[in-house]
Amino acid sequence: MKRQVAVVAAGAVLLFSLEAMAAGTIRIGALFSVTGPASFLGEPEKRTLEMLVKEVNAKGGIKGNKIELFVEDTQGDATKAMQLATKLIKNDKVVAIIGPSITGDTMAIIPLMEKEQIPLVSCAAGVKITDPVKKWVFKTPANDHVAGEKLLDYLASKKQKSVALLTVSDAYGQSGREQLKALAAKKGFTVVADESYSPKDTDMTAQLTKIKGTKAEAIICWGTNPGPAVVTRNVRQLGIKIPLYQSHGVASKKYIELAGLDASDGVTLPAGKLTVYDKLKKSDPQYKTLSEYDHAYKKSYGTEASTFGGYAYDAFELISEAIRKSGSTPEQIRSGIEQVRKLVGVSGLFTMSPTDHNGLDLSAFEMVKIVKGDWELAK
Amino acid sequence: MDLLQQLTQYAFSGLSTGAIYALIGLGFAIIYNATGIINFAQGEFVMLGGMLTYFFQTVVKFPAVPAMLLAVMTATALGAAFERLTIRPLKRPTPLSLVIITIGGSIFIRGISMLIWGKDTHSLPPFSGSEPLTLAGATIMPQHLWIFGITLMVIAANKFFFYFTISGKAMRACSFNRTAASLVGIDVRKMVLLSFAISSAMGAMAGIIIAPLTMTSYDVGVMLGLKGFCAAIIGGMSSGFGTVLGGLLLGLLESFGAGLISSGYKDAIAFIILLLILFIRPQGLFSKAQTERV
Repeated sequence: MKRQVAVVAAGAVLLFSLEAMAAGTIRIGALFSVTGPASFLGEPEKRTLEMLVKEVNAKGGIKGNKIELFVEDTQGDATKAMQLATKLIKNDKVVAIIGPSITGDTMAIIPLMEKEQIPLVSCAAGVKITDPVKKWVFKTPANDHVAGEKLLDYLASKKQKSVALLTVSDAYGQSGREQLKALAAKKGFTVVADESYSPKDTDMTAQLTKIKGTKAEAIICWGTNPGPAVVTRNVRQLGIKIPLYQSHGVASKKYIELAGLDASDGVTLPAGKLTVYDKLKKSDPQYKTLSEYDHAYKKSYGTEASTFGGYAYDAFELISEAIRKSGSTPEQIRSGIEQVRKLVGVSGLFTMSPTDHNGLDLSAFEMVKIVKGDWELAK
Repeated sequence: MDLLQQLTQYAFSGLSTGAIYALIGLGFAIIYNATGIINFAQGEFVMLGGMLTYFFQTVVKFPAVPAMLLAVMTATALGAAFERLTIRPLKRPTPLSLVIITIGGSIFIRGISMLIWGKDTHSLPPFSGSEPLTLAGATIMPQHLWIFGITLMVIAANKFFFYFTISGKAMRACSFNRTAASLVGIDVRKMVLLSFAISSAMGAMAGIIIAPLTMTSYDVGVMLGLKGFCAAIIGGMSSGFGTVLGGLLLGLLESFGAGLISSGYKDAIAFIILLLILFIRPQGLFSKAQTERV
């Protein structure tokens, strides 16, 4: 009796899965750190992806194929990421994976993706994910040095050739510091001060006093909140007149709120275009995408869309484009993504190639200036 | 900016961060003096002061002063509850188990705060304006003056409490000899509870007055607590000027270290000094070595 039940059940499962295949579903997996310390990345990524899949399926799917989404939470833990990636590939039989949210998780599962030959479109920013290029691995956030280069080009246009660096002593700040120093040497800048602070420091007046005593024409601070906000307040306290530049790590209204209206006035930084899309020219190739994404996100979740959610948006668009153009097997998706040319995304225009699996250039960032608590395009 | 002006600014920066460390260090010293416990959760009460004020002021929309009072009161109640629920039930309190309990308590408080208030950093408005004051070519914020003032007030209140009130004297008696204190009719448990309440209130107050400068989030307590602990150690765990001098010294070392040597070594310089003091003068810089009388 027991055996019969098992056979019938197995038959039924087989029948249903055959039916599902006949209707044409494309199974896509996603790994995000929805909870845990990096939840500020994973949460908007998950929401964005779920929103997009719902939208696409409501319109009849891609080439008549419905998308079935499998989202898993890595909690920012590389071991979990590994287990969940294996589960997505072996049990759920996905044809591509979006995520993980952070560089550590991504690096952990890269060998698995290469072995199983399943394309991975990571939402993490680390340079080493796509440098050197791995056959099955792509990523959507722009590299830090792209933001740094944008910033230094802007400084060059303002003829500010001696710079003071003030970077936070964590991975983000130190990677920024390395990139900036290398770029500065290449572009003929003089680094007159190279100071740092700890992520939890509450007063940077000592470092800034030292900088004030140098011949710096620009101060570049590289960090994520709250440090840069403290630096901004301290610059004002000390009455420093040297222009202050920040990194794209603080391109949110939270930074202005923390630094205060007076102190943040005039601070300039490279920012992803989503931050300032309503200030862009209507003719900007990204304007329509950014505006639609922001509105759709607000409508679905009641809060503003974030750059981080944009990473998942771009990953999904890359995969859909590949499916539309070449097909829905893992190899077709992989080669399809590699052939993407000038695909409009949230982070920028993607042009992939066998030697570039990120595909973004300087146009991913826009120099913005804070004027009276709001962003303005910097001239 | 000439060198003299720079040095003045380093001194001012050092003194103003040092005052913050001193105020937090005093909280450590009070509990230690009354009970012999080093309360590693002290930093979390500093955090609670800032976050509760943010909560009452920005979320519940109370005016500033009632919000601060409520924050201090809530933190005091939490401090007392902390003692009642974690320290008192111990059958045989050893220094090691007490250290582990207070560290565990601090992780617990931090975790709960993160769940309630999220991970964002919040800023609070300064007490009196945000225009910097210029003194001898260097600048400080008006809020720094509040910190200096309140630190002085706290020391005065401490001295008064410990030397001129019955409860204060009873608390000192407990710290000298618990058994003898209970023999003369002092309720030792009540004194321990009281010391936790007082130091939580002080921690919260420190958290409130520094939040407009340093901003606040669920995890500011760790670093501030550690620096306050250093201040108390340098000052030999005194609940008076020793700890204050310890805090100021630490602040000055940090700022001159960052300014004249390298900002990369700022924390290292401060902690090396701490280790040296622990090795060479474990009784603190400003107190005489205690001799055990047999």
